[in-house]
Amino acid sequence: MSREVRQRFDVLVVGGGPAGVAAAVRAAEAGVRVGVVDDNVNLGGQIWRGGPEHEKETSAAGWISRLRASGATILCGLRIFHQPEAGVLLAEGHDDLHVLSYTKLVLATGARERFLPFPGWTLPNVTGVGGLQAMVKSGLPIRGKRVVIAGTGPLLLAVAAYLREHGAEIPIICEQASWSSLARFGVALFGQPGKIAQGLQLKRQLAGIKFSANSWPLAVHGKAAVEAVVIFRRGQTEAIACDYLACGFHLVPNIELPLLLGCQIQRGYVRVDDYQRTTVQEILCAGEPTGIGGVELSLAEGQIAGLVASGQMTEAKKLFGARNRARYFARSLDRAFRLRSELRRLPSPDTIVCRCEDIRYSRLSRHTSWRSAKLHTRCGMGPCQGRVCGTSTEFLFKWNPDSVRPPILPVRVESLAAMSSELDLECSGVSGGHK
Amino acid sequence: MTAASYDVVVVGAGIVGVACADQFARRGMRVAIVDRDMVGAGATAAGMGHIVVMDDSEPQFSLTRYSQTLWQGLRLELPDDVEYEQCGTIWIAADDEEMAEVWRKREYYNKRGVPTEVLDAQTLQRLEPNLRPMAGGLLVPEDAVLYPPCAARFLSERAQAHGAKFLLGDSVAQIGQGRVHLSHGLQLAAEVIVNAAGAYAPDLTPGLEIRKRKGHLVITDRYPGFIRHQLVELGYLKSAHSVTSDSVAFNVQPRRTGQVLIGSSRQQGAEHREVDNEILVRMLKRAQEYIPDLMQMSALRTWTGFRAATPDKLPLIGPWPADKSLFLAAGHEGLGITTSLGTARLLADHITGAKPEIPIEPYLPSRAAKVEVHA
Ligand SMILES: Cc1cc2nc3c(=O)[nH]c(=O)nc-3n(C[C@H](O)[C@H](O)[C@H](O)COP(=O)(O)OP(=O)(O)OC[C@H]3O[C@@H](n4cnc5c(N)ncnc54)[C@H](O)[C@@H]3O)c2cc1C
Ligand SMILES: Cc1cc2nc3c(=O)[nH]c(=O)nc-3n(C[C@H](O)[C@H](O)[C@H](O)COP(=O)(O)OP(=O)(O)OC[C@H]3O[C@@H](n4cnc5c(N)ncnc54)[C@H](O)[C@@H]3O)c2cc1C
Repeated sequence: MSREVRQRFDVLVVGGGPAGVAAAVRAAEAGVRVGVVDDNVNLGGQIWRGGPEHEKETSAAGWISRLRASGATILCGLRIFHQPEAGVLLAEGHDDLHVLSYTKLVLATGARERFLPFPGWTLPNVTGVGGLQAMVKSGLPIRGKRVVIAGTGPLLLAVAAYLREHGAEIPIICEQASWSSLARFGVALFGQPGKIAQGLQLKRQLAGIKFSANSWPLAVHGKAAVEAVVIFRRGQTEAIACDYLACGFHLVPNIELPLLLGCQIQRGYVRVDDYQRTTVQEILCAGEPTGIGGVELSLAEGQIAGLVASGQMTEAKKLFGARNRARYFARSLDRAFRLRSELRRLPSPDTIVCRCEDIRYSRLSRHTSWRSAKLHTRCGMGPCQGRVCGTSTEFLFKWNPDSVRPPILPVRVESLAAMSSELDLECSGVSGGHK
Repeated sequence: MTAASYDVVVVGAGIVGVACADQFARRGMRVAIVDRDMVGAGATAAGMGHIVVMDDSEPQFSLTRYSQTLWQGLRLELPDDVEYEQCGTIWIAADDEEMAEVWRKREYYNKRGVPTEVLDAQTLQRLEPNLRPMAGGLLVPEDAVLYPPCAARFLSERAQAHGAKFLLGDSVAQIGQGRVHLSHGLQLAAEVIVNAAGAYAPDLTPGLEIRKRKGHLVITDRYPGFIRHQLVELGYLKSAHSVTSDSVAFNVQPRRTGQVLIGSSRQQGAEHREVDNEILVRMLKRAQEYIPDLMQMSALRTWTGFRAATPDKLPLIGPWPADKSLFLAAGHEGLGITTSLGTARLLADHITGAKPEIPIEPYLPSRAAKVEVHA
């Protein structure tokens, strides 16, 4: 049996991205006992992770050093997988199990990329957009490589700039959204000084890169890996040779843990009040799970959640204005990058949709619900637990996701076996067979 | 209102219901089958899919063995996704006392024509190197495993091909007197109504003695070849002394994918579907006693299901004495995947007056009444 570590916190934060870090900082600086858990070895979440180079970024460096000085306990490399009883979360470490008790809980579990299936998308060197950036951050050589970037969302631009800075050649960025919805997004940005600066900065970094709206990938060709991607652009198809296709269709919130804990979900996001409180007592939520909105919104919500969790309501209120402005931006994001229905027709009958279980489109299209598809094809029953294909089929077939059961992430059997330690361990077999 | 009329209306499209619908439809009857959910979404979705011969009682043996031969006969027709694998069962003996049980069981099976092989400690170790050293075991090579939801779907498609009509997403509110009342007002008329609603059968037929017995399962990631047979403990001799109603036993299954399905638990009176940590932990610790390395495997999912338990551990198959239009095919406890095929044949033989291959008497619902008289 692995080692068991027990700790108790006044405020426990799940997620060490901008939202979680900000929450932990504001709570810990008030002197309460704070713990912040993240499943990665490094703090920082999707955007700040990636080690020392990235901690130099002003805002990241500021927040992370503030966290280190705040007295909060940083628990990296732990995956929260279950709540065996109210007020207690279980986390699996590399070779131990952590039993974390809390008085207040802040969920800051972030978001992941949405992938959509199309012919060839499972070939090597087809990656996520943020995914490729992460690979480069952890050492993948990209200098001189041709990278086509496709999908939707602001991440396309941010990553294009990043990859180019690291020597990649970007023949084109294909954004599925139309110019008109992008224009509306542009308009919404005027209320956002920070964003405009960021946009301008990117503009300089992106100068000369071909950017196409109304454009998306149709198929990937290649033998052992990507050799070319066929895209749809200006009403025509076009093959572009490349070494990588980085493709992602905006972000989806990680709401599995909030769901497991019984938080109410509204239109796909965790429902919170002005104080970032969920519908479950003692549980708050901040960042992407309440709505995809970028770093500034995550920071504002995180701070509010941390302040509220540590009883600083007046302080929290002062941030409502900033938070609400950032939220306005978030809502415009959702509208601007809404997926067009043509993308539902991307997969061909033999396109794999569920990579864990190798389930192809034609086997799924016969079903009328996610549950039926899961049950009869085992789609979504692999190690990713449907995080990839559940998200794509939700869009492709308009299926509703299923309920969530522990463990919300795959864990060692021994971690499940440690879920309850006060029990009487006397085991008895009964009647033979015992099916 | 004029009701659509059928020869048979089956309530419940679990594996038992679809097997019945298939049998009736193949015999030329006009069949409808109603389920409030989809095909195979009840206990059938939760079951392990062990096609196993059991010897708790003579009738249990007859029905499981008969059913197993029916599965064997279907084998070539089963689509690939049913994942029928004749991997065999090994009943594990932890000590000499249990080894004596191995010999008894072998005697019993051999007398009835079921091939078996007694395994000594070394042979068992060779066949299943990941098992902790044990006294020995009994290999029953004709036992098999399958994936129940796809088996149910296969039977439902066969029934449909023979004209059975599926009414899915419709809840049945009431049955009896040749009428099936759906919740939103529709009525079906039927000569024969089959209550195959599994653990929910008593909701429709009050007075039926069926209790829910909850079970937990855990499935791992893929570890091809880790175990090769369904492995089940023979430990019931010792637990005969235990009077706790909740229990766990070592019972693990190799899936074709290389995944390992870990069972099993039994809880009385638990009505909610959520995972109960305490019993799950007990179940896993039990498994650990047999296969320590199981603990290092990655567990992907856990789930629960309700077995439909009768007081004498035998299913209820045949006419319900209080209503001559009403028949039962329910109460299959932990063996309904196995015994679905036998149940369907027996019931269809009984109703059509054909000669059954095994006697139906031990399973007739009227026995319940007898039990009461003597009690
Ligand atoms: C792949 C990817 C790359 C991105 N790159 C950029 C970029 O370059 N520029 C940009 O402006 N925006 C980027 N974004 C958007 C960015 O993530 C958000 O704007 C912002 O980081 C959100 O912060 P957050 O704190 O809400 O969530 P996140 O940064 O996502 O942090 C959540 C953290 O919680 C952890 N977590 C979740 N569940 C558990 C659990 N059960 N147990 C333990 N830990 C858990 C996650 O691993 C993660 O570290 C990216 C997003 C993604 C998905
Ligand atoms: C953990 C576990 C492990 C098991 N392992 C095995 C094994 O290895 N081998 C084996 O042979 N058996 C096993 N079993 C037992 C097996 O799963 C069941 O006996 C079998 O699935 C019962 O099938 P059924 O069709 O009777 O019931 P169900 O599959 O439950 O079907 C009943 C159907 O009736 C429907 N229904 C109920 N009420 C209504 C209503 N009012 N209106 C409309 N529809 C209604 C339900 O929606 C459901 O679909 C196991 C069971 C469990 C729980």
